[in-house]
Amino acid sequence: MSTAAPAYTGVDELPVALEEQGPPRLRRLLLDHPRIIVGLLLLLLLAVTALVAPWVAPRNPLAVDPDNARLGPGLAHLFGTDELGRDVLSRVIWGGRISLPVAFVAVAVGLTVGGAIGLAAGYRGGAADLLLMRLIDGILAFPALILAIALVAALGPSLKNAMIAIGIVQVPVYARLTRAQVLQLKGLDFITASRALGASATRIIGRHMLPNLLNPLIVQVTLSAAAAMLAEATLSFLGLSAPPPTPDWGFMINTGQRYLINGDWWLTLGPGAAICIAVFGFNWLGDALRDALDPRLRR
Amino acid sequence: MFEYLVRRLALMVPTAFLVTVGVFLLIHLTPGDPAVIILAESYTPEAAAQLHKDLGLDKPLPEQYARYMGRLAHGDLGRSLRNKLPVTQAIGERLPATLELGLAALCWSLLVAIPLGTIAALRRGRTVDVIASGVTVAGISMPNFVLGILLILIFGLVLRALPVGGFAALSDSIPDNLSRLILPAIALGTFGAAANMRFTRSSMIEVLNQDYIRTARAKGASRLRVVNHHALKNALIPVVTVVGLQIGAILEGALVTETVFSWPGVGKLAVDSIFGKDFPVVQGIVLMSALSFMLANLLVDVLYAWLDPRISYA
Repeated sequence: MSTAAPAYTGVDELPVALEEQGPPRLRRLLLDHPRIIVGLLLLLLLAVTALVAPWVAPRNPLAVDPDNARLGPGLAHLFGTDELGRDVLSRVIWGGRISLPVAFVAVAVGLTVGGAIGLAAGYRGGAADLLLMRLIDGILAFPALILAIALVAALGPSLKNAMIAIGIVQVPVYARLTRAQVLQLKGLDFITASRALGASATRIIGRHMLPNLLNPLIVQVTLSAAAAMLAEATLSFLGLSAPPPTPDWGFMINTGQRYLINGDWWLTLGPGAAICIAVFGFNWLGDALRDALDPRLRR
Repeated sequence: MFEYLVRRLALMVPTAFLVTVGVFLLIHLTPGDPAVIILAESYTPEAAAQLHKDLGLDKPLPEQYARYMGRLAHGDLGRSLRNKLPVTQAIGERLPATLELGLAALCWSLLVAIPLGTIAALRRGRTVDVIASGVTVAGISMPNFVLGILLILIFGLVLRALPVGGFAALSDSIPDNLSRLILPAIALGTFGAAANMRFTRSSMIEVLNQDYIRTARAKGASRLRVVNHHALKNALIPVVTVVGLQIGAILEGALVTETVFSWPGVGKLAVDSIFGKDFPVVQGIVLMSALSFMLANLLVDVLYAWLDPRISYA
């Protein structure tokens, strides 16, 4: 039995190996990990529902009808009506148009800002690394939700500020992840080789580092989308996100809670279920992707 | 170890500095004049000038910060704008209720997480494990206010088994206090229970694959003995760190849970202060939560090294 490393088979074989990175690999990935498909379908369903809300929502989510306030679920109103007689189902459907974009923007902020900081710190090293990472430590010193709430409280409650605050809170995780990966990659031979060949920093980062950063970042994006949705729901539950009468899941629960004591459970159940399903979808997908993409978990 | 501790403490200094700057600047993030927002309808130029003086907003920024740090060094966090109480006192009065809730939530999370996580690890890939995994993803996907409302609905309004909110001092009535504690503690602790269960499971799986476990089994030790005497202690080391961080961030969940259950703790105080535009109290609570979070981080690292002698920080 030989324990030697596989023999060098020549450069000719390289293009074949690269080709395998394409669609067949994706199909393989999905076939091997059906949980990914389940997660994607769930999220797709939510996104499509939010997208086509104007056509699928049975009623206008803002239409007040005091005569039919707090009606229980029935044929006319599947999820019942709220304290102002608005159709709860329609508001839940429209609510996706608030929560999903907030999560999307917040993650985009975290990914771009955090990723840039991580790249700069990891690639440049030295003083830049030291300074940037102390800044990240400063953000990390606050419990995430407390920081987000404090920022929104100071900036003033609004949807835009909620997005910014949740985005800022997401920055450290991306900065640290990117930096750690870059530091690891920096020491590898193919990076040294490409630098020796005279490649510019932009080329090394763009061509050689970013593709290798992709897998961990994809997993992180999915998991932090779940966290961002949770944070948005919490901010809006506390009344620190979109102002009324915007149909926002968290705030619907906030107002619905007041009527719980009368036994009017339907005001909170619909939006509560919507939040849970959305966060569950992202968590589920993130878990599945991590199992599939993280080489340490591969068996 | 001592050297490591000193280095960690030294690293905390710049972070703590950044934290105080951040908390100090919080009020300056407010677009426009904070006095306009704080005073709202009762705004008059005189009242604004008085408020500026009270908050020191009329001085240059560096001087304001120096004064802020000077007061901080004396343990003075300022006074509440609403009831003129010192902020430290306002927080101090509410702290016991939050600590009680946090402790109960922690107990709940560990009581659920450790046995279930261990069982899932032992029955890896079987039905129990699959169900447990599903439950944990659900557990970390449910915001604690949604769970809180669900609990109120089921146990308070349908079954009428437990009171749905409010607080009774432990010194007044122990049974009353405890009965009001159960639902908020479950609401607050379930997220942690799900997260800890995952950690217990994966850590347990790792430990069970170690050689010394196989040796113990080969010696003829029963499965139960192997788990209890050989595996569990080692498997729980990473769990300790997660739990430590959860304790440090207890206020995060308490903020919402206390609002749902009208629990008079620091979290409820924070929310009330945000809406009452009581900036000194908000600043004080944010500072306190950041410092306790940092401290928890440090303690966790030290504890980690102490629990696992294989880890050296030389």
